[in-house]
Amino acid sequence: MRVTLTVNGEVRSADVEPRTLLAYLLRDEFRLTGTHVGCDTTSCGACTVLLNGVPVKSCTVLAVQADGGEVMTVEGLEQDGQLHPLQEGFWESHGLQCGFCTPGMLMTAYALLREVPDPDEETIRRAISGNLCRCTGYQNIVKAIRYAAERLSAAGAVAGEVK
Amino acid sequence: MFPAPFEYLAVRSVEEAIDALARHGYDAKVIAGGQSLLPMMKLRVAAPSVLVDLNRVEGLSGWQEDAQGLRIGATTRHAALERARPLAERYPLILATAPWIADPLVRNRGTMAGSLAHADPAADWGAAFLALRGQVEVQGPQGTRSIGADDFFVDIFTTSLAADEIITAVRLPRPVGHPEATYLKLERKVGDFAVVGVALNLEVDPEGRVAQAGIGLAAVGPKPLRAPQAEAALIGQRLSFNLAREVAALAAEAADPTSDQRGSAAFKRDMVRVFVQRGLESLRQRIEGRQPASA
Ligand SMILES: Cc1cc2nc3c(=O)[nH]c(=O)nc-3n(C[C@H](O)[C@H](O)[C@H](O)COP(=O)(O)OP(=O)(O)OC[C@H]3O[C@@H](n4cnc5c(N)ncnc54)[C@H](O)[C@@H]3O)c2cc1C
Ligand code: FES
Ligand code: FES
Repeated sequence: MRVTLTVNGEVRSADVEPRTLLAYLLRDEFRLTGTHVGCDTTSCGACTVLLNGVPVKSCTVLAVQADGGEVMTVEGLEQDGQLHPLQEGFWESHGLQCGFCTPGMLMTAYALLREVPDPDEETIRRAISGNLCRCTGYQNIVKAIRYAAERLSAAGAVAGEVK
Repeated sequence: MFPAPFEYLAVRSVEEAIDALARHGYDAKVIAGGQSLLPMMKLRVAAPSVLVDLNRVEGLSGWQEDAQGLRIGATTRHAALERARPLAERYPLILATAPWIADPLVRNRGTMAGSLAHADPAADWGAAFLALRGQVEVQGPQGTRSIGADDFFVDIFTTSLAADEIITAVRLPRPVGHPEATYLKLERKVGDFAVVGVALNLEVDPEGRVAQAGIGLAAVGPKPLRAPQAEAALIGQRLSFNLAREVAALAAEAADPTSDQRGSAAFKRDMVRVFVQRGLESLRQRIEGRQPASA
């Protein structure tokens, strides 16, 4: 089946079997290998991408179900060579060790900050409870997300002053 | 990992979906959130040759309230119910239960109707649906019918739905009194299925007496269970510590658990008792907090 979707702002098409999972369309057809497949059993969240703005486990959505939709992957975070404040936060606060879970963490955190721009620790921990990390113990992931929240709100405040 | 090959039908209407099911019989399955079905297909535990996707059917998503109660469309996600603040007043059990289901990512796809149709005895919605005495609206080649909660679950992963029927909505009756509710769940780790789950829903009259009681149990039987004797003991009563203890013991008798890696049958039965007592105690405090301190 032919599927056409917007991935990180770009319209992309591919011919897929109906049984192709979205994660594999992104990785194998579109070569966007930032999206990781960890467990492949809907447990770890490493494969998290935004589908029509909502974070989902892309190993558990069919590519054909995303037809006509909008997908954002970790590759969509950086803009014009500038890391997104979340990526910067993971760098600055040591929010990763092996990095396997990071793309999924980033996408979940991105959706969280859009819904709750100033989340407390409890809210962050709840939001990332579907994303497993075997390395960090989560402490620095929470700090990294807080870092981004503060950076984004400061940027928002500056933009507000300019107006 | 990927499923065995299948034909995919992105139907646009309920009629089209039923038509496909009627044509393909047991070879066809509908997919809603896909959060139970796709993992099973990837493990090849399920291998439908036709997959009928409900997600593009207009009008199946979202909830509405009317004089009779609440109607939750079949493709309404768990996450939409978790965020449905306007339901807090009349349907608090929905908001109490939703955050316990799986994890936030699974909740962004999975649906209540899909969970009920899947009929996992450990599902959280199953217990809540029984406690609220819900109904499912069903459509098939012969037309529409509705199935009450007590007649819906048949056995493990088995419901009274026919192979060519789909759930179009879940209906919950409007409460007869002021509702207070809680959901208690024991899980081995966050996001896991229940070791034991207890859904409590009380509808209280203006004098603070229980007018309607619902106690639903998850993961302690071959299907989600209701505890009718425990419920009956609450009717017409004001909650008290002793009453809660009595009701909790009756609820534990209604459980029918088996021993497995999540715990022994005796442990699970006792957790039902503990949760019912603890839950009723928290509801008592909420109810008394609302009553003028007269009686
Ligand atoms: C990691 C993980 C953890 C989970 N933890 C929990 C948990 O703690 N508690 C819990 O309750 N659930 C849990 N679940 C299950 C989750 O809630 C599913 O969303 C739910 O069981 C199925 O809903 P769905 O919409 O995804 O259905 P699908 O997977 O699309 O379908 C499930 C079944 O129902 C049928 N079906 C779906 N919709 C309809 C309909 N409208 N009419 C007729 N038949 C229909 C399908 O044919 C299929 O047989 C978990 C799932 C995962 C992957
Ligand atoms: S790879 Fe998708 S949840 Fe683990
Ligand atoms: S950094 Fe290794 S899994 Fe999270």
